[in-house]
Amino acid sequence: MQHSTGRILTFEILRFNPQNPQSKPKVVCYQLEETPGMSIFIALNEIREKQEPSLQFDFVCRAGICGSCAMVINGKPMLACRTQTKTFEHPKITLMPMPVFELIGDLSVNTGKAMREMAEKVETWVHDKRQDWVDITRLEEKMEPELADQIYELDRCIECGICLAACGTKRMREDFLGAVGFMKVARFLADPRDHREEDDFYDLLGNDKGVFGCMSLMGCEDFCPKELPHQQQIAYIRRKILFATG
Amino acid sequence: MKVVYTDSLVIGGGLAGLRVAIACKERGLDSIVLSLIPAKRSHSAAAQGGMQASLANSFKGLGDNEDVHFEDTVKGSDWGCDQKVARMFVHTAPKAIRQLAAWGVPWSRVTGGDRQVVVNAEKVTVTESQESHGLITARDFGGTKKWRTCYTSDGTGHSMLYAMDNRAIQEGIDIQDRKEAIALIHEGDQCYGAIVRDLITGELIAYVAKATTVATGGYGRLYSITTNAIICEGTGQALVLETGKAPLGNMEAVQFHPTAIVTVGILVTEGCRGDGGVLRDVDGYRFMPDYEPDKKELASRDVVSRRMTEHMRKGKGVPSPYGDHLWLDITLLGRAHIEKNLREVKDICESFLGIDPAEEWIPVRPTQHYSMGGIRTNEKGMSPGLKGLFSAGEAACWDLHGFNRLGGNSVAETVVAGMIIGEYVADYIDETDLYIPSGLIKEFLRQEQQKMDTLLHRPTGESAFAIRKEMQEIMMENVGIFRKGPHLEEAVNKLTLLLARARKVGVKTKQLGGNPELTEALKLEKQIKLALCVTVGAAKRTESRGAHAREDFPQRDDVHWLKRTLTYWETPADDLPTLAYEDLDISSMELPPGFRGYGKKNISPHPDTAKREAQVAQAQAAHADRHELQQALMPIELPSRYQGKNERYLKGLN
Repeated sequence: MQHSTGRILTFEILRFNPQNPQSKPKVVCYQLEETPGMSIFIALNEIREKQEPSLQFDFVCRAGICGSCAMVINGKPMLACRTQTKTFEHPKITLMPMPVFELIGDLSVNTGKAMREMAEKVETWVHDKRQDWVDITRLEEKMEPELADQIYELDRCIECGICLAACGTKRMREDFLGAVGFMKVARFLADPRDHREEDDFYDLLGNDKGVFGCMSLMGCEDFCPKELPHQQQIAYIRRKILFATG
Repeated sequence: MKVVYTDSLVIGGGLAGLRVAIACKERGLDSIVLSLIPAKRSHSAAAQGGMQASLANSFKGLGDNEDVHFEDTVKGSDWGCDQKVARMFVHTAPKAIRQLAAWGVPWSRVTGGDRQVVVNAEKVTVTESQESHGLITARDFGGTKKWRTCYTSDGTGHSMLYAMDNRAIQEGIDIQDRKEAIALIHEGDQCYGAIVRDLITGELIAYVAKATTVATGGYGRLYSITTNAIICEGTGQALVLETGKAPLGNMEAVQFHPTAIVTVGILVTEGCRGDGGVLRDVDGYRFMPDYEPDKKELASRDVVSRRMTEHMRKGKGVPSPYGDHLWLDITLLGRAHIEKNLREVKDICESFLGIDPAEEWIPVRPTQHYSMGGIRTNEKGMSPGLKGLFSAGEAACWDLHGFNRLGGNSVAETVVAGMIIGEYVADYIDETDLYIPSGLIKEFLRQEQQKMDTLLHRPTGESAFAIRKEMQEIMMENVGIFRKGPHLEEAVNKLTLLLARARKVGVKTKQLGGNPELTEALKLEKQIKLALCVTVGAAKRTESRGAHAREDFPQRDDVHWLKRTLTYWETPADDLPTLAYEDLDISSMELPPGFRGYGKKNISPHPDTAKREAQVAQAQAAHADRHELQQALMPIELPSRYQGKNERYLKGLN
């Protein structure tokens, strides 16, 4: 539902600075007048610049492509930069940091650290011993155009962390790899330049920390801002891993 | 006192910085990358449309090679670039694409057979040969003779950055995020590293290195309306400026991109026009052919932005509460093409405008986009002012782009410069023994700590946020697409007053760590100094060249202005920068200054141009082989591993 502007919006925001020993978590309300085209990005900067200069949050591209600004908006994990305030019927908007990540302060969480750990676990790079001595003066190896498109489809993940914040299993199992990791596995399995096969991923995926921990609640698929095919890929990897066990 | 030692310190975790670190690591050197944010979130990811490299695989790219790419780049720069650098770049770009292919970038490929494309608003059938099926394809971009821009859908920068960062992780490179460099450690003519602030704890750390590379991107956020990510604040350039020894180059060279959406300034890629989209005015009329009958919407970016502004000044803009705009029409490309090749554009239109670009026109206007100027370096990427200080990518004025950058040459520069300069950084480290003056490090740490303490202890003072906003408005208003002497002078005066105010700002939040207000206040003075460098440079340059368009001096004046602006900030308390100039030497140019072919020719030619043209003609007659001719006209050096000729489909190594 769309609303005319001029509404007074109330933002209920979790405030907590772990760097400050006196700081205790609390919810603080800030009010501002809605303007046309207002996004949570614009609103939070207004609040920081005019009302509460200590407010912590993360934005980089503010265009929905870098994955920095995911937070829990009215109970749902979303990219704040491309969430428009006019989409909320009620003028009260609650902002919380994403769960499952280390809290830096207020709405800022350390997704960078978690994603680096994930990348090291999954080894999110092409495994091909020849790649170091590819002669780059020569024509590149050919690839079927449809295959290149398929790899790109799976390569579109922006590591925003929303799939983990929306994941029932992740809330119960800290060591669950989660949809972001499965999508990386799918991406490299689809890529013939990577010489790893299904059984190379068995130790990583063939247990409750891996694909068999998934309860199929599909929060990942529901909230992924890039609309990646998580459900299909998780099912596909499960099948592959099962066959790999022989 | 916390001190970290390394061989190669890289400030900035985008494509250029990561590539330099990888080059050093491959040579067995210890390398640390510092980044404000997780590296994969860098602004490199925003490059949607593609990367130029003369692979010549697709039908519309046939006949392309280094020479054509070189000519397009030099013309695009309005002869302001360093031609040797442009040559080094075009020779290495195909290798960069192929290396990234080996590292996992899923470049879009040629499909053999017939396909429909839109050229000049008409559907045309192109037949790709079956032999090129599966090679890396390319799309059309502005200001290029051939279709040369390689891409992955419209997420090119994303795919490249992910492949690069993953490669860095594979190499075990130490990438430290949420770290901001706030000063360079230097003495005499030597750079020793940087003083760095941990943005989580607020703690200061000294990073001491044999070589320090600044790869922090551009300074678009000096402007209120920009396509740049919010981290592109020019702090890397400011660190270098504040040494008082190392110059910045051509800071007045600032590009405006024709198509950012209104109001928020988010970019929609040049690929929209490259793939056949057109610009329309308030009457729905396609106006670009009237101004540029030859290249139309695909003239160089600076030209299209100026033509759009001219047209809006004639009352042909579409009025909106946020000022006038024009329309970008991609509906003629068809839904299937948009949903496959321009999906980010569709996403952006849906999320930020609530429109479907397959059905509706996109409201766009020219918006600050790229910083051609930056940290001046030599061909090897090293600063002429401080040994051990390097720069690469948009942060640098290596000087590939002169006064205007071609679309698709930006991500290309980041990777290519990273490859080439990375080798030279490693060479420098191999050849250098550094004596580390620990007293100096301590002194630099003390100075920066004191600046922080002063800010925290000042009882009152203006808000840094408010002053920054004023600066951004001044730059937008007075130092934009079209410039005029009186407006520039006014901006200099206003910015000087702002600088004085910036030196007295206060912060309400009195804590070291987790304090965005303090982070902002600490870099405010730096940003205003940079804004002054841009503005003073623009005021002094009494000609029009590339993106620097003076209404009071519309002529390109090669007699007086075929030179590069160098800007210094001599002592910290100065109120204005000091300018110097270095000449571009016509007698060593492979492509003597000429006419770019847009609008009316209005050039005051340099007397040496005719002489050089004659020499070039003579050399062309003497050398049948294009590689020999190139070497005879303008010999270049490259790291040995990048010297080889580039193979092309049908052409082999010719």
